[in-house]
Amino acid sequence: MSPCNGSRRGHRPPDRRSCRRRRGGGGVIVALLLVPLLGAAVLGVMALRPSTGDSPAARWIAVGAAAATLGLAIALIPGSRGPAAGTVVDPRHEVDVSWIPAIDVRFHVGVDGVSLPLVLLTALLTLLCTVLTVRSLPAPGRPAAFNGLVLLLTVGLLGTFVALDLVLFFVAFEVVLAPMYFLIAVWGGGPRARHAATKFVLYTLLGSVFVIIGILTVYAATGTFDVVTLSERGGAGIARGTQVLAFAALFAGFAVKSPLWPVHTWLPDAHTEAPTVGSVLLAGALLKMGTYGLVRVALPVLPEGARTLAPVLGVLAVAGIVVGSLCCLVQTDVKRLIAYSSVGHMGFVLLGIATLTPTGVNAALLGNVAHGLITGLLFFLVGGIKERYGTAELRTLGSGLAERLPRLGALFVLASVASLGLPGLAGFWGEAFTLQATFRPAPELSRATYAVLLAVAAVGTAFTTAYFLRLLRAMVLGPDVPTGDRKVGAAVDVRPVELAAWAPLAVLTVVVGLYPRLVLELTDAPVRALLAAFG
Amino acid sequence: MTIDYVALGPVIAATAGALAVLVADLAAPLRVRATATFAVATAGAAASLAASLALVGDRRSTFCTPPVTLPGNVQVGRSCSYTVDSLTVYLLVLLSAAALGTLLLSVAYAREHGLPPGEYGFLVLASLTGALTLAGARDMITLLIGLETLTLPTYALVGLRRRDRSSAEAAVKYLLVSVTATALTLLGIALVYGLVGTLHFDRIAAAFGQRDEIRQLPLGAAAVVLVLGGFAFKVAAVPFHWWAPDVYQGAPVPVAAYLATVSKAGGVAGLVLVTTVAFGPYRQVWSPALAVLAVASMTWGNLVALRQRQAVRLLAWSSVAHAGYLLVPLGAVAADPDLVPQAVAATIGYLVLYVAMNLGAFACVTAAGVTAIDDFRGLARRSPLVAGALAVFLLGLAGLPPTLAGLVAKVVVLRSALLGGAGWLAVAVAVNTVIGLAYYLRLAAVTFRGGVAVERLRVAPTLAVAIGASVVAVLLLSVAPQLALGLSR
Repeated sequence: MSPCNGSRRGHRPPDRRSCRRRRGGGGVIVALLLVPLLGAAVLGVMALRPSTGDSPAARWIAVGAAAATLGLAIALIPGSRGPAAGTVVDPRHEVDVSWIPAIDVRFHVGVDGVSLPLVLLTALLTLLCTVLTVRSLPAPGRPAAFNGLVLLLTVGLLGTFVALDLVLFFVAFEVVLAPMYFLIAVWGGGPRARHAATKFVLYTLLGSVFVIIGILTVYAATGTFDVVTLSERGGAGIARGTQVLAFAALFAGFAVKSPLWPVHTWLPDAHTEAPTVGSVLLAGALLKMGTYGLVRVALPVLPEGARTLAPVLGVLAVAGIVVGSLCCLVQTDVKRLIAYSSVGHMGFVLLGIATLTPTGVNAALLGNVAHGLITGLLFFLVGGIKERYGTAELRTLGSGLAERLPRLGALFVLASVASLGLPGLAGFWGEAFTLQATFRPAPELSRATYAVLLAVAAVGTAFTTAYFLRLLRAMVLGPDVPTGDRKVGAAVDVRPVELAAWAPLAVLTVVVGLYPRLVLELTDAPVRALLAAFG
Repeated sequence: MTIDYVALGPVIAATAGALAVLVADLAAPLRVRATATFAVATAGAAASLAASLALVGDRRSTFCTPPVTLPGNVQVGRSCSYTVDSLTVYLLVLLSAAALGTLLLSVAYAREHGLPPGEYGFLVLASLTGALTLAGARDMITLLIGLETLTLPTYALVGLRRRDRSSAEAAVKYLLVSVTATALTLLGIALVYGLVGTLHFDRIAAAFGQRDEIRQLPLGAAAVVLVLGGFAFKVAAVPFHWWAPDVYQGAPVPVAAYLATVSKAGGVAGLVLVTTVAFGPYRQVWSPALAVLAVASMTWGNLVALRQRQAVRLLAWSSVAHAGYLLVPLGAVAADPDLVPQAVAATIGYLVLYVAMNLGAFACVTAAGVTAIDDFRGLARRSPLVAGALAVFLLGLAGLPPTLAGLVAKVVVLRSALLGGAGWLAVAVAVNTVIGLAYYLRLAAVTFRGGVAVERLRVAPTLAVAIGASVVAVLLLSVAPQLALGLSR
C-alpha cells in the first residue's frame, strides 16, 4: 500500500510531505489565489489615478485575470476526480506550509470533489461578470476600482472553498465582506443602497464572529486548526456539550450567510440594491460559503453536535422554503422576487444537509451549483431588463417582454422554469434528491419529524411553481400591452457581450440538468467519506 | 558596577536625540530651523529604532544587585533594574517605530499650525526616552521614573497649540488626571514595599509567592488594585477613560496620535510587567479585575463611538475600546498560570498590530486636514490614496480584511479568551467587533460619497511617507503576522 493512499488516521506519516510533492498540484492552487489577488492589486493601484482608473484597459485586465483564474480552476479538475481511498478529506492539490506558528495557524489549502464544483462556479461567474462590465458598468463608473473589488471578492470566495485550515478559512470568509459592501454601497445607485450594504455587512459580520468562536472552541478542545486532521478524528476528544456549543456557533454563522430563515432579512435588501454583478456573485457564489462551511467543517468535525442540532436546521430550512416562496407570491420588484426565491432554494440545500445522509449532502452540493447557475443567470437577465427600462418593477414593465425582446424573453423563460425545478434542467435534481433524502434521513434522526418536513417542503415546491408561473405570465408572456410608461417600449435585444456573459450559464443549466452526474461524480466519494461518522 | 551601554542603547539614542534637537533649534539659521530640528528629531528616533533592532535576539541586564535575604527569610538571587529580553525588545522596537511615525506625520502639521518645532521634537523624544526606560524596567522605581518621563512631556505637547483654549483645557485636564493616576500607583507601590521590603519585580513575586501570611492580607490585594488603577488611567480603560476624548480632541492631531500609540503602548507595557512579573501570585485578583475593565472599555467605548461626529473624537473612543481588547488576554488567565505567556504574547501582538493601524489612521486624518466626519465627504475624489489608505486602516481596526493585521489581532485575542475558558469574554469581544464595524465603516464610506471634485488634496511628502510606511508595515504584518505574535515561542 502506498503511503500516499493509506489512512492518515492518528499521527501523520513522516513522509506525508513527499506524498504531497508527488501530487504536484500545489503550484496551481496557489496560483488560483494569487492571480486574482495580483489582478486586484494592479487595479487597486490603477484606481488611485483618474487617468488609469477610468481607462478601458482596466476592464480588459480584469477579464484577463478572471480568464486565467478560470483556466487554473479547470486545470485542477484532472487531479480531483476519482475515489478517495480510505481518507476522510483527500485534497488532491494540496499545499501545507507554516504561516503563523505562534497561534498554530498553517497555510493549508487543497481541492477535492466537494470544493471543486464551487471553485469552478466561482471562477466562471467572475469571468462572466468581468465580461459584462466591458460594456456596461453602473454609475459612477470607475472600472478599475469596480473590477478590483470584484477580483478581491473572488480571492475571498476561492480561498474559502480551498482552505483546509480553520483560521485560513475564516480569513477568506471575511475577505468578501468589505468588497461586497463597497460594491453595493457605491455602485448600487438606489436610494437605500447604503442602508442595504450596511445591513449586509453587519449581519454577516455578526454571523462570522460566531464562526470564529466556534472555530476557537474546537481549537481549545483539540489544539489544532487543521480541517483534515479534525475530520479524521470525527469529533473524538471533544466532549458532547462542547460539540453542541461549537456546532451551534458555527451553525449561527453559516446560517446568516446561507441565509437561513429567520436571519435571511439582509438578503432581499442587498439584492435589490446591488448592481447586477454584485447580485450575480452574491447569489451565485457568496451564499454557497455558508452551506459549504456546514459540509466541510461543521458536520465532519462536530458529528455529535450535528446530530443534536440537525432537526433544528431542518425545521428552519423548511420554514425558509415556505416563507421564501410565500414572500415571492407578493413581490412586485423582480430583483426582490428572485432574492426571496434564493431563500427558498437555499432552504432546500440546507434541508439536504440536515438529513446527514450522503444522498442529502450530495443533493445539497448539486443544488448549490444549480442555484448558482440559474439564479446567477436570472440576476444577469433582470439586470439587463433594468438597464434597458430603468426599472425592475412588474407593474411598470407590463407583460409581453417575449414579444418585444424575443431572445431575452426566451432566456428568461428558460431560467425561470429551471428555477421552479422542471425535470431535465439543473434545478430539478438537487430538490428531488433532497426530498428523497428527507424521506430517509440518517438513522439517528427521527423519521417522523423528517416526514413532516418532507410534506411541508413539498408544499413549498408547489408555491415556487406558482410564483414563477405568475412571474412569467405577468412579465414575459402575454400580449405586449403598453403600460403608459414611455420608457417601456422598443429596446435592443440581447447584445453580443451579454450573450457571451449569459450563454455559458444557460448552456450549463441544460447540461447539468441532463447529466447531473457531472457534479455528483465529483462529490459522491468525498461526501461519503465526510459523513462516515453518521449512520 | 559596570553599566551595559548596549542594553541602554535605545534610551541613550533617544536622549541624545532630544538634546541634539535643542542644540539644532538654537544653532540652525532661522530659514532652515524647522526643517533642521525635525530632521534631527527624526534621526534621533531612527537611531533609537536602529539600536532597538540591534538588540533583537539578545538578552542583557544591567543595574543589578547581588542576592539577599528579604524579610520573612525569603532567599532571592541577583536582580536587575533594567533587562532586555524578548518582551523588552518587542516593546523597544514598537515604541521607537511609533515615535518615528508620529514625528513624520507631525512635520507638515506643525508648520501649518505654527507649533514650535524645537520644543515639539524635544518633547517627543524626551517622552520616548521615558517609554523606552519603562519597557526595560524591572523594578518599581525604574518603572515609575520611566512612566513619569513618558508622561511629563505630553502635558506640554497637548497644550502646544498656544492660542487655542481647548488645547489648554485639554492639557490641564490631562495633567490633573495623570497626577491622580500617578498618586494611586505610588501609593500602591509604597504599600507593596511596606509588605515585602523590596521593589524588584522578581523579588516581589518571590516574596508574595513564598509568604502566604502576607499574600492573604487584604492590604496586598489593595496595593495591586491601586497600581492597576493607575495604569488603567494611562491606557484609558473604562471607567478611567473620561479624559481621553477631550484630551485627544483638544490636542494637536499628531499629539493625539502619539497618545493613542506610544503613550498607550507604554501603559500596556507597564501593566503587563507589573501584573505578570511582579504580581504573578495575585493572578486571581488582577485577572478578573482586568476582565471587567476589558468588557466595560470595549462596550462603552464602542457604543459612544457610534455617536461621534468628529473624526479624532471617534478615534479617541475607538482607542478606549481597543484598551478593552488589549486587556482581554490578561483577563482570561485566572484559571491556570501556564496561560500567562501566551496571554502576554497575545497582548503584545495585538498592541503591535493596533499601533501600526492606528498610526496609519491618524496619519490619514492629519492628511485630510478636516475634523468633522461630514467634511470627509468627497475625500476619495480629492485624494484616492488617502481615502483608500484610511478605509484600509479603519477596516483593519474593525478587524476586517483586506489587510489581515486587524483580523489576526481579533483572532488572537479571542483565542486567548477561549483558551482561558472565558467564553463570556469571547462573546463580548465578538459582539463588540460588530458594533465597532458600524462606526469605522461610517467614516470609511463617507469619503467615497459626494462627487463634487474640489481641488486635489496636496499631501506633504513627509506625511505621505508616514502613510506609506504605515501601509507597508500593515501589509508586512498581514503577510507575516508571526512578526508581531512571535513572542510566545
